[in-house]
Amino acid sequence: MEGLKECEANLVVYLHPSKAKCASDAILNELSSLIFTYSETFEGVVLAYDPNICSNLAKILPGIHPYFGVKLKARLLLFNPKPDMVVEGEVVKITPQSIHAVVLGFSSAFIADEDIRDDFKHKIKRGKEVYVSRTHKKHKIKVGTILRFIVKSFDEEILHISGSLVADHTGCARWLDKNLDEWSQADSTIKKRKSGEGEDEKPRSDRLMVQREALSLENDVQVKKAKKKKKNIVES
Amino acid sequence: MGVPDMDDLSFTDSELDYHVRNALKAAVQGDCDFYNQLVAVIHHKERLVAEEVALLVTCLKAVTGAVSSIHIAHHRSLLAAIFGMSLWDYGTDVMDALVELLVSLASSSGEYVDLCLEMLVGNFIPPSAPPSASYFMELLKQPRGVAKKGQVLDRVHSTLKDIASVVPLSPLRLEKIVRDRMPNIYTKEPFIVMYVENMLRLESGVMGELVGSTILVALVDRLIDLDVEIAWDEILQDDFHKGIFDMELEDLEGHADHIDQDCNELTREALIQRFFSGNLVAEKLDSLMVLTFEHLRSCAESGRLVQVFEILLQSFQKTILTAYKSKFAQFVMFYACSLDPENCGKMFADLLINIFVSSLNPEWRMSAVSYLASYLARAKFVPVSFVAAMLESVVNWCFLYCKNQEGDINPKAHKVFYAGCQATMYVLCFRMRQMLAIPRLKSQLRLMRIEDILGHPLKPLQVCLPSIVEEFLRLVKANHVFSLPQSFVEYGMLESENSRAFGGMERFDMFFPFDPCLLRKCDRYIRPNYVYWSMVRSTYDEDDGEGTSDEDVEEAYASRDGMSIPDDGSGRSRDDEGDSDADEFDYSLDKMSITPRDSSNKFGGRMQRFMQMPSKIRPSASPESL
Repeated sequence: MEGLKECEANLVVYLHPSKAKCASDAILNELSSLIFTYSETFEGVVLAYDPNICSNLAKILPGIHPYFGVKLKARLLLFNPKPDMVVEGEVVKITPQSIHAVVLGFSSAFIADEDIRDDFKHKIKRGKEVYVSRTHKKHKIKVGTILRFIVKSFDEEILHISGSLVADHTGCARWLDKNLDEWSQADSTIKKRKSGEGEDEKPRSDRLMVQREALSLENDVQVKKAKKKKKNIVES
Repeated sequence: MGVPDMDDLSFTDSELDYHVRNALKAAVQGDCDFYNQLVAVIHHKERLVAEEVALLVTCLKAVTGAVSSIHIAHHRSLLAAIFGMSLWDYGTDVMDALVELLVSLASSSGEYVDLCLEMLVGNFIPPSAPPSASYFMELLKQPRGVAKKGQVLDRVHSTLKDIASVVPLSPLRLEKIVRDRMPNIYTKEPFIVMYVENMLRLESGVMGELVGSTILVALVDRLIDLDVEIAWDEILQDDFHKGIFDMELEDLEGHADHIDQDCNELTREALIQRFFSGNLVAEKLDSLMVLTFEHLRSCAESGRLVQVFEILLQSFQKTILTAYKSKFAQFVMFYACSLDPENCGKMFADLLINIFVSSLNPEWRMSAVSYLASYLARAKFVPVSFVAAMLESVVNWCFLYCKNQEGDINPKAHKVFYAGCQATMYVLCFRMRQMLAIPRLKSQLRLMRIEDILGHPLKPLQVCLPSIVEEFLRLVKANHVFSLPQSFVEYGMLESENSRAFGGMERFDMFFPFDPCLLRKCDRYIRPNYVYWSMVRSTYDEDDGEGTSDEDVEEAYASRDGMSIPDDGSGRSRDDEGDSDADEFDYSLDKMSITPRDSSNKFGGRMQRFMQMPSKIRPSASPESL
């Protein structure tokens, strides 16, 4: 899954003098306040930390409350999904107009029906809602499925992902992994992309056009163009 | 495809879905015709007929399907209309459609999560704008109002759960919202009570692990806010000469139900009624504390009291312990301990002793030891062996302290020491007989360095509260336990200059936090586990010819359901009246608490003396003498 990275950070944690006796606890407290918040400095949401205090000496700041700064190295696990990255999450809710998933257990992902490719049809089977692929009947998305999707945008404040299932390599992760041949041949342009280039202009710009259409901020001409190109991809 | 007219009401559901989506997109471009009609439908809430209800439900469902087209800036009026709706104004159909919309909005984009949560939390209480507030207050007194409340709140809580399952981080934001939107102490009682009910429901629900501690801390803060607002001045007027009980008798002559006119008795009930009826703040505090007690009881039944108690302990240490003379809020701790003496009771006492022994703040140490003394004395459920152990720790600290002191009496400098001594004496006033009845504890008591600390040149007997010293010395003499200097100057005095000096501005010399609770509803919960002085006092009277026995002492501390002596002293032996010495000490010990106990026995022949008591009870420096 993309979007996760580990980094080694040199940190200085400033502690109140009352914490001098239990500095390591106070440091862990400070670090834990970073969890599940997006940090500009590290460029990502801190998910986990592993501190390593370098020395017992700390610099005391001058002032009314002489805070002391403890230097430490910490390994941090960061999550920063950028647009067009592929991420995976567990589906928690399905409606005729949307799919909701949870990524890494904390980040809510939303995929609107405009971003679900037409291939998927919403059905109600045995009282449960499910999305089934028209071309591959075994390809199903229901509550509990691990969904692989593309990131459209990421809200850094509430850690909310807006996703898309337009591309062919998105959908139920297990089915995609098992049936590599079936869907990778369906679109030769996608296969080229899979070989690691990503320089292929046509599908990329089309995808962007489709995305922009969903935001409904451009004029009619472009909308029509995008629709035409989208039709082309599906047919080929 | 023309824009349908909303008044027409003749299109199908799927048509409406399509139109709503287009309306939203069109509104972004500037064509707001249908969009405005849609907003108007959502605003309409007065006396809806069946078709209007159906239309509203359908519109809400259509908007639910189109959430991905909603834009926070372009569709501001629509969002305002939605978030301005209150579940309380509608029937269950509209409620269901509305909450589904909220879940959909919250899960579609992070921008709406806070707004949805705030709206749901706002629905914890009915709309409180002036015209609706009184309507709902009346409605809630009727059965259909109660049913409505159930419908709304069930949906609110299940929706909060639904949002949490789709947006896992929402409880983090929810706890802040719940805390920030908590009604202040001036809100009307039914509303603040309902809000707290909802808070406690969240705490015991699935999200309890995540939001529980913030909620409990916020609740305790609010209890303290209310507690601090209750002014003792309203209860005990400052007019020394009139004597409040003087006024009491005249006033209460009208309230025939509360007084037995024949023997001129003044029951505790009547006094509470006089003091607190009409005191809105006290009533609010009373109701909230009862809610808390009930919640603690259900926590105990489901086996999670210890976890909840740990949070309460932290809150106690930060807020209640440090509050200036908290009056009743601390009974939350008392009740929790009574539900689980082995764990919670022990944790509470351990915390207090630790603060006394090792904290750096002298005021907190004095407060902690006062709490400890009052708790050990008043809690029926604390086994006497535990009392002995705690007492030993206090005495040991005092001994180590004074071992290194050579100076003379100095109330201010050694205030923590004097507080420890006074605490020891106070606990022994209540528990001495009980301890002496068990040989092992009797020898433990004898081995404690009590003589050393009380006989030390620092002269705690001259500094501590005279009334306590008096009673303690009397007990010591009667039971031949220690050998202590008997010369004592200030008989019959409640307080002295020295005691005031060591007590300081906060009057820690007269701080007995677990003195009888004067809140009526709470009292019923506390009473079965509470030791009144009259219960213990009667076992000390050896001069009345009745002959006390160890069984009497045991009875005083019997199991919870054992003693429920009404505090008007009617359980006491009448023979005591003949013994002036006993009464004298009884008065002085009664002075330890504001509640005029045993007053019923005194009225008959002792009107004169009784009238003087209030002026002695009234502390000279500050109004609060609890």
